[in-house]
Amino acid sequence: MLSILAVDDSASMRKMVSFTLTGAGFHVVEAVDGQDAFEKAQTHAIDLVLTDQNMPRLDGLGLTRKLREHPKFKTTPILILTTESSDQMKQAGRAAGATGWLVKPFDPGRLIEVIQKVIR
Amino acid sequence: MGEMMNEGQALGGNIDLTQFYQIFFEEAGENLEQMEQMLLALDVEAADDEELNAIFRCAHSIKGGAATFGFADVAELTHQMESLLDKLRRHELQPTPPMVDVLLESSDALKILLARHQGRPVDPPETASLVERIYALAHGQAPAAAAPAPTPAPATAAPVAAPAPVVAAPVASPTPVAVRAPRADGQRQLEIHIGPMTNPAQADSIAELFRDITGLGQIEALPCDQEDHRVYQVITTSTDGDLMDLFTFHVNKELIRIVDLDAAAPAATAPAPAATQGTGIAGEGSDFGFFDDAPGTPGSPAPASVAAEPVEPSPVAAPAPAPVAVAKPAPAVTRPEPKAAAGAQASMESSTLRVSVSKVDQLINLVGELVITQAMLAQKSRELDVTHNQALLAGLADLDRNTRDLQEAVMSIRMIPMSVVFNRFPRMLRDLAGKLGKKVELITHGEATELDKGLIEKITDPLTHLIRNSCDHGIEMPADRLAKGKTEHGTITLSASHQGGSILIEVRDDGKGLSREKLLTKAREKGIDAPDSLTDAEVWSLIFAPGFSTAEEVTDVSGRGVGMDVVKKNIASLGGTVEIDSAEGYGMSVKVRLPLTLAIMDGMSVRVSDEVYILPLSSVIESFQINPADINTVAQGAQLVKVREEYMPVIELEKIFSVPRFEFNNTSPIMVVVESEGSRVALMVDELLGQQQVVIKNLETNYRKVPNVSGATILGDGKVALILDTSGLVRRSRH
Repeated sequence: MLSILAVDDSASMRKMVSFTLTGAGFHVVEAVDGQDAFEKAQTHAIDLVLTDQNMPRLDGLGLTRKLREHPKFKTTPILILTTESSDQMKQAGRAAGATGWLVKPFDPGRLIEVIQKVIR
Repeated sequence: MGEMMNEGQALGGNIDLTQFYQIFFEEAGENLEQMEQMLLALDVEAADDEELNAIFRCAHSIKGGAATFGFADVAELTHQMESLLDKLRRHELQPTPPMVDVLLESSDALKILLARHQGRPVDPPETASLVERIYALAHGQAPAAAAPAPTPAPATAAPVAAPAPVVAAPVASPTPVAVRAPRADGQRQLEIHIGPMTNPAQADSIAELFRDITGLGQIEALPCDQEDHRVYQVITTSTDGDLMDLFTFHVNKELIRIVDLDAAAPAATAPAPAATQGTGIAGEGSDFGFFDDAPGTPGSPAPASVAAEPVEPSPVAAPAPAPVAVAKPAPAVTRPEPKAAAGAQASMESSTLRVSVSKVDQLINLVGELVITQAMLAQKSRELDVTHNQALLAGLADLDRNTRDLQEAVMSIRMIPMSVVFNRFPRMLRDLAGKLGKKVELITHGEATELDKGLIEKITDPLTHLIRNSCDHGIEMPADRLAKGKTEHGTITLSASHQGGSILIEVRDDGKGLSREKLLTKAREKGIDAPDSLTDAEVWSLIFAPGFSTAEEVTDVSGRGVGMDVVKKNIASLGGTVEIDSAEGYGMSVKVRLPLTLAIMDGMSVRVSDEVYILPLSSVIESFQINPADINTVAQGAQLVKVREEYMPVIELEKIFSVPRFEFNNTSPIMVVVESEGSRVALMVDELLGQQQVVIKNLETNYRKVPNVSGATILGDGKVALILDTSGLVRRSRH
């Protein structure tokens, strides 16, 4: 079973994402912000990271940068959930080492579809 | 979209979003509350970055959830708030009091919107004007916001201060180039054709995008001879794909044609291929995308071959040195095997757990039953022979201890901090003081003091009233205060603390205080017997008389027909007391004392003939044996007992409750003095049985209201005992 680290400071979003992914047969590790995610990433096997951008303590881009510095996560797909699909956001995502982005709000089915495209 | 949905459903099942509504509502409520507090605490002169970020995050989080779960009105309003807050946190705008005001009002409106979505019958709030006001504040005042072209990056500064409309003057055009030009020259001049549309105004939202999104570029409407079409000229550094992403939020993809005026290719660009080549995006839809050379990208070669690939960035990836390093993974690293830790991952740690109140109440009830059963066992066990039943008795002693610990632990679940109530007051006071033209500062102490949830809910209204009173009647106008040599700002101090088995909440202000003379005059006008000999405490308590108000005129703030008498009655119904203290010219203090919980109390059990009654231990002052001859009967059969040179009314419980007395041995020989609302009475009882914790069972819900009785409990022997309402008994003795 593939493991997804789902990072969002909003409990409702976390629950929705987690429920959706679990239903699609993924194992989900939840984290409440970038810092929490980074700590959990050390102790869990993670196949994909799905992170919100705007969070306290450490944001999605920050988490991405930190994970990329870590040998274990050099190639792990990291998707950033963001409310803005601006060019700047994309450039920032790319610079941080993200694999891609998904614009919020999204439909649960759409989320799985995008993840399936990454994990094959 | 249709096929995407199908795939999603096949994979994830048809997901019903309504199941997340409740958690969203709770979360949104928390976010709003937090935002409100932070807005109130915000120093507009010197706003802290972290504060602004945190406020922004609250709006952002609500917006994200609302959009996801389909609450469009909430999403719309929070979107506007977020835009304004975004500009504040980026220092494109300076926070101003009007901004704080409109954000607070919006937060009120959001509460109503959310309440409506939860099915509560409330009138819809007026959000259109709020949206307009926020928009005006976000766009009308700041130089950076007014002109669409300049980016926030300080390097490119020189913001155009002119309050330019949507269409920017070409002068401002070069600014974005330096910041994030994907190519050497960066700027592209495009023509965008949109149509045919039944409602061409739809396209205006696209023009607005350029106004809203800093650095997106400039847009100018071009004349167009087709009624149902719009044509714009756009100068931007964004790729066609990015523009399409944005535009398709408002207009169908099929209706948009982007023509690159610089490129020799005059043909309409099909968005998808253009995007693929333009931004280094490996694959994308309108709402997602992958970077083509990013780690983990679908279709990117296996790590080893990635390392072998030339790692120079694609032409457009200029500002991204990081992925270069990233693209050289240690050869050994592949995707970690999931099986290793998969089983151990069940922990989704969270420090709190949301449980419905009814579950907690059920738990408390069960523990209450357990306490009673335990008491019953303890009582029975006293008859047992210690030598023969040592193990059993030891077990019962353990049971006793464990039951008490369990009870305490369970009760603590229902305890919530006073901050829940206190937090609403800064906002209320701010509005109120503003309305009255007064300056008031609220200081709170002991927000962490915990109180039973049921009590917290019931104490909110009385406290609100007390604070309104302090602000309205207590604190003077700024000029008056200065004239009296006081500070311009009045101070209201709200504090909570534990005192023994009760909680003490105090509302104190440094206003004009109560006037003894005025109160006495007023009381006499109202026909209340108020001799000059009354003590200060007695004079102050006159304001608890029904219909008594000390302000010369009734204002729309405090004078709402709810007087101090109601406050007092409400607090008394919670088993609490109110005390007033005041010094004229210096302020007043109202102390509210409440039991910690409504479910359990320390009681003293007394016997009257064959009946057992419980007295709240908190109201028992003393008890003593008397000689029946010390009781004097005065007019109308009232009885008084002389205690240390003071006469005290006597209440014969057996008469009040018509207790049958079979063995005729005159009157009860023991007096228990109880105090309530500053007065004392002596209750005549036959025997003091002891002190114990009792589980309070509500009589009203199980039977009906009984005078002089506040509840009932089940004793260790299984008998029911009534808990006496001491304040009712004291009041009775007065009449």
